[in-house]
Amino acid sequence: MAAFGTAAGRPLTGRGGSPGFRFTLYALLSVVVMYLDQRQHYLERLRYVLQAAAYPVQLAVNSPTAAWRWLRDSAQTRDALRAENARLRSAQRDLELRSMTYEALARENGELRGLKAALPPAADRWLAAEIVNIQLSSLRQRLLIDRGAANGVFKGQAVLDDKGLIGQTTHVGPWSAEVILITDPEHAVPVRIERTGLRTIAVGAGDTTSLALPYLPGNADIRNGDLLVTSGLGGVFPEGYPVARVSEVHRDAVQPLAQVRATPLAHLSTDGEVMLVWFRADHPAAPAGTDSLGELSRGETAMQPQAAAPKPRPAPQAAPAPSPPSAPEPQPTSTQQTTHATPHHAVPEAPAGDAPAATGEATGRATDEATGRATDEATGSPPERATPPSAAVSGEPRQP
Amino acid sequence: MNVDSRGRMLLTAFVALTLTVLPLPPWLDVLRPAFLVLTVLYWSVNAPRTGGIALGFFAGLMLDVFQGPVLGEHALALCIITYIAVREHQRIRSKPAIQQALIVLVALLVYEVVLFTIDGWTGNPVTSPLRWVHALTGALIWPPAAAILAYGAGRLA
Repeated sequence: MAAFGTAAGRPLTGRGGSPGFRFTLYALLSVVVMYLDQRQHYLERLRYVLQAAAYPVQLAVNSPTAAWRWLRDSAQTRDALRAENARLRSAQRDLELRSMTYEALARENGELRGLKAALPPAADRWLAAEIVNIQLSSLRQRLLIDRGAANGVFKGQAVLDDKGLIGQTTHVGPWSAEVILITDPEHAVPVRIERTGLRTIAVGAGDTTSLALPYLPGNADIRNGDLLVTSGLGGVFPEGYPVARVSEVHRDAVQPLAQVRATPLAHLSTDGEVMLVWFRADHPAAPAGTDSLGELSRGETAMQPQAAAPKPRPAPQAAPAPSPPSAPEPQPTSTQQTTHATPHHAVPEAPAGDAPAATGEATGRATDEATGRATDEATGSPPERATPPSAAVSGEPRQP
Repeated sequence: MNVDSRGRMLLTAFVALTLTVLPLPPWLDVLRPAFLVLTVLYWSVNAPRTGGIALGFFAGLMLDVFQGPVLGEHALALCIITYIAVREHQRIRSKPAIQQALIVLVALLVYEVVLFTIDGWTGNPVTSPLRWVHALTGALIWPPAAAILAYGAGRLA
């Protein structure tokens, strides 16, 4: 304070002129940074680095919770553990029995629907992640998880728990990723009403217990207790996973739209662990390699949802062997995603997605052109075209 | 005004950042004052040369990483209020704690107005009235917070 205003007396951080000058400088810098981040997406790299720098703080902040959980776990009695063990074992037996019939059903379904678009919602790989930090205010509903680009996580990846959909990743750092919850006011998820097949969009309402369905007309067939599942449109979420249950339907004769609320099925506020899903390396409606068509009648094991231990993989693009199309509906362009979470992995739309038994190579060619891939004419080819392209056979990454 | 004081400043800023990102239940989260903003304001008023606008900018950038929809948003908001605080630091410093709290309330409201505006411009409007609550709790917590910071800083400047 003594040497206020004289150049010699200024400490290092005080260099750079008067407050007014520095204010102008930094304010301009902020505006430039904002512009670059918002309009140009130039700063993905910077965000990545900053997220890495922020991760230790978030870990430290979470450490009391983590320590408490660890203490509680390690102080559990032998009896409690044994009881849990028994419960888990019976639960596993139950699930195994169920998955047995599930495979049979999936096969039968595939045969009935002509081997084409009949695959079950294909979760190709799952990875468990722990929640490191939680933001659950009415303004922002985000999670921070302890998996990042090093584990192959990518932006716009679907996140589930054992009951239903949780959200998708928004920012991915090297060892951590931010997940936007489906209940965040900025998030919208394309859903289908399971009972009727009606498709709509579920928008977050800002608290963990409700979603809004603002785009349903007053005469829509929807009632309390209807299950909403992901429709697979938009390409971010795999198709057919439970999202929410309708809890409130309001029809006002004056209003053109019904006011519908739904309760998310996932335990958004109490989860300690979530699952990341790689449901397909490419878009659900993308053309598939012929090689897997042969597998289809037997029900390809790799395509079944499985809770097997995840194998670390370098990048999501380098992931699994190509697989047949599963989405029976035409895929619209990805306009239904949230504005800021465009998936990296989504490839251009395949026009042949709506014809399960699409025939003729013309369709396939069109698809190829659309996706810009050097793959085969899978969408339209009959099963006897068993010679698959080399890329598909070797399981190499199919880059668009 | 030496390296040591700057170290203490960064330490308090770090602690404040930790408090800001600490997970809290939703109802408490609404009430949570913007600890980092308060800390930056304190240093802007009490050590305008050491802290000031640069501190505000970088603290804001950190906030953006943790909770900003767009980088630079909190940075700009903090730049604006630190500029006001640095300009008026002598006047603010000489006021009693109650009046300081009122000034802080105004500064926090300005801060939130800037955030609100940028949120709207960038297409992430959050219109809930709850977003303004933290300004009030921030002003309430200012006298004790300033006392703690003054004690920790050993009356710098």
